[in-house]
Amino acid sequence: MSGPTQARLRKAGRRLGLHLAALLAGAFILAPFAWLVISSIAGPSDLLERPLRWWPAHAGLGRYLTVLTTTDVNSAAYTFRRALINSSAVAFGTTVLSLVTGVPAGYVLARSRFRGRQALTIFFLSTYLLPPIALIVALYVILSLLGQRDSVVGLILVYSSFVTPFVVWIMRGYFTAVPVEIEEAARIDGCSRFETFWRVGLPLATPGLVTTIIFAILLAWDEFFYALILTSSLRAKTISVAIAEFSGQHMIDYGMIATGGVMAALPPVIIALILQKYIVQGLTAGAVKG
Amino acid sequence: MSLRLSSPNPRLLRTRVGREERRLIVAFLVPALLVTFGVVLIPLLEALWISFHRYSLTTPGRPFIGLANYSSALVDPGFWAATWRTVYFTLVSTGLELVLGLMIALLLNERFVGRGLLRALVLVPWALPTIVNGMMWRWIFNADYGALNAILLQLGLIKDYQAWLSSPWVAMNCVIFADVWKMTPLVAMLLLANLQVIPAELYEAASIDGAGPLGRFRYVTLPSIRSGILVSLVTRTIEAFKVFDIIFIMTRSGPANGTQTIAYYAYTETFTALQFGKGAALSYLIAVFITLLALVYFRLIREEVQA
Repeated sequence: MSGPTQARLRKAGRRLGLHLAALLAGAFILAPFAWLVISSIAGPSDLLERPLRWWPAHAGLGRYLTVLTTTDVNSAAYTFRRALINSSAVAFGTTVLSLVTGVPAGYVLARSRFRGRQALTIFFLSTYLLPPIALIVALYVILSLLGQRDSVVGLILVYSSFVTPFVVWIMRGYFTAVPVEIEEAARIDGCSRFETFWRVGLPLATPGLVTTIIFAILLAWDEFFYALILTSSLRAKTISVAIAEFSGQHMIDYGMIATGGVMAALPPVIIALILQKYIVQGLTAGAVKG
Repeated sequence: MSLRLSSPNPRLLRTRVGREERRLIVAFLVPALLVTFGVVLIPLLEALWISFHRYSLTTPGRPFIGLANYSSALVDPGFWAATWRTVYFTLVSTGLELVLGLMIALLLNERFVGRGLLRALVLVPWALPTIVNGMMWRWIFNADYGALNAILLQLGLIKDYQAWLSSPWVAMNCVIFADVWKMTPLVAMLLLANLQVIPAELYEAASIDGAGPLGRFRYVTLPSIRSGILVSLVTRTIEAFKVFDIIFIMTRSGPANGTQTIAYYAYTETFTALQFGKGAALSYLIAVFITLLALVYFRLIREEVQA
């Protein structure tokens, strides 16, 4: 075989290998989640068959409809619906509170020079090191005293305590990257210190803001431990807690739990697919900067 | 860490501008400090106080016992067993996530049909809520109806359905597998970001110098992705040391405590045995472990930045 042919063959082989690896990776990434989705639309008997059939004989969206419409307050479906609403409220409230407090803090930690700035930055970061179990007993007692245990407001407050440092950290990185000269120009044009932040600094850090909002939502939506201990009824129970509760029971309706799981997964998965650019940016910015 | 500062002149603080700046600093910092440390600091101090007492719901009275909760934890074989399990979980999961994450990152850095799609899809496992991920894998590992058993049997790799989550060591590795499946994309994205900024000239220069594929990987790729590896290592090990959620949903620390990590042990002591004093001491020990880990990393990062 002549040299050029061999080289072409080797190149073709490499391309084939590459595509095979990509297919394999794609299958490995998607198959488990696909099986969860299939389980959620499969008929009850489909899931218990041996040998297992990979495409259900009685597929349908019935369980999703049940979750959306049921009025049976004792059903898993009803709990899932209420829990999804609670999770949304908690994620929304946490995001708002963490942004309102964390973005300005990130700004001054990036821009202003004052004693203790570095120490404060490290303080905010160090909360990440604490295991939630260290705080939970006291939080339980304090929130009970305040009448905010088993409440959405109580959860928002607790979640903001770990989302805010995250917002501070990410936004500090983005504000640092905004050229200081632009803000100085605004100052010379007569903007007050606050106006400089509001009209110049913040708009220039918009990509960071988008990233931060995404991560705040994802963090709050994903949290489990605090919600497990601090909520006990439909008033505030989140979707993660509801799923854990039902999958821990002896008589399990796997199809229904899979349905709850898919519904809980949809918001973050959709966000990840649509806003992928911002997430990747945030992962690398939060990590590499600073 | 490189910070560009607006006003390096300390005299500014005494002027009108300085006063305005000071007001801004206070107004901008206090809300975040309240939300963060108001919720963290008080419970943390409360937990410290509890950890010095025999504080249990099963026995009356709350006598001060000094460090007895700590010393009894440190001689408790259950505590050390849980610690070593946590170390095993941390080392194996982080190691696998780094290796697989690097492989996926290298793949995603190549040109192939559907690369954009795969880059988007790779984030799906990471986006799944931890509890949904754990529930999904528990269902896949199910002894009677699980998809893993079905696929292995249909491929002829096993003769009978296996109870994957019923033996301690296998169960631990199943939990690790579920964690790796979810978190590898994060590592892959971090490393891919590093790979994308390596100039092609570096590879060309290495080739001219006679480096083969392995040599190029060793002398060009690896040094360029150091920061991504370091960041993955730091965040993944700290998270792994605190691991609780995925164990709660998959195995509830069983079978026979085979998947009981230290966070889970502290949880059991607190909420099942109702030994609040011991539980608080255990959580402080976890915090100490993680802080030590973080200090080591802090030094590594400083060296990395200086290098």
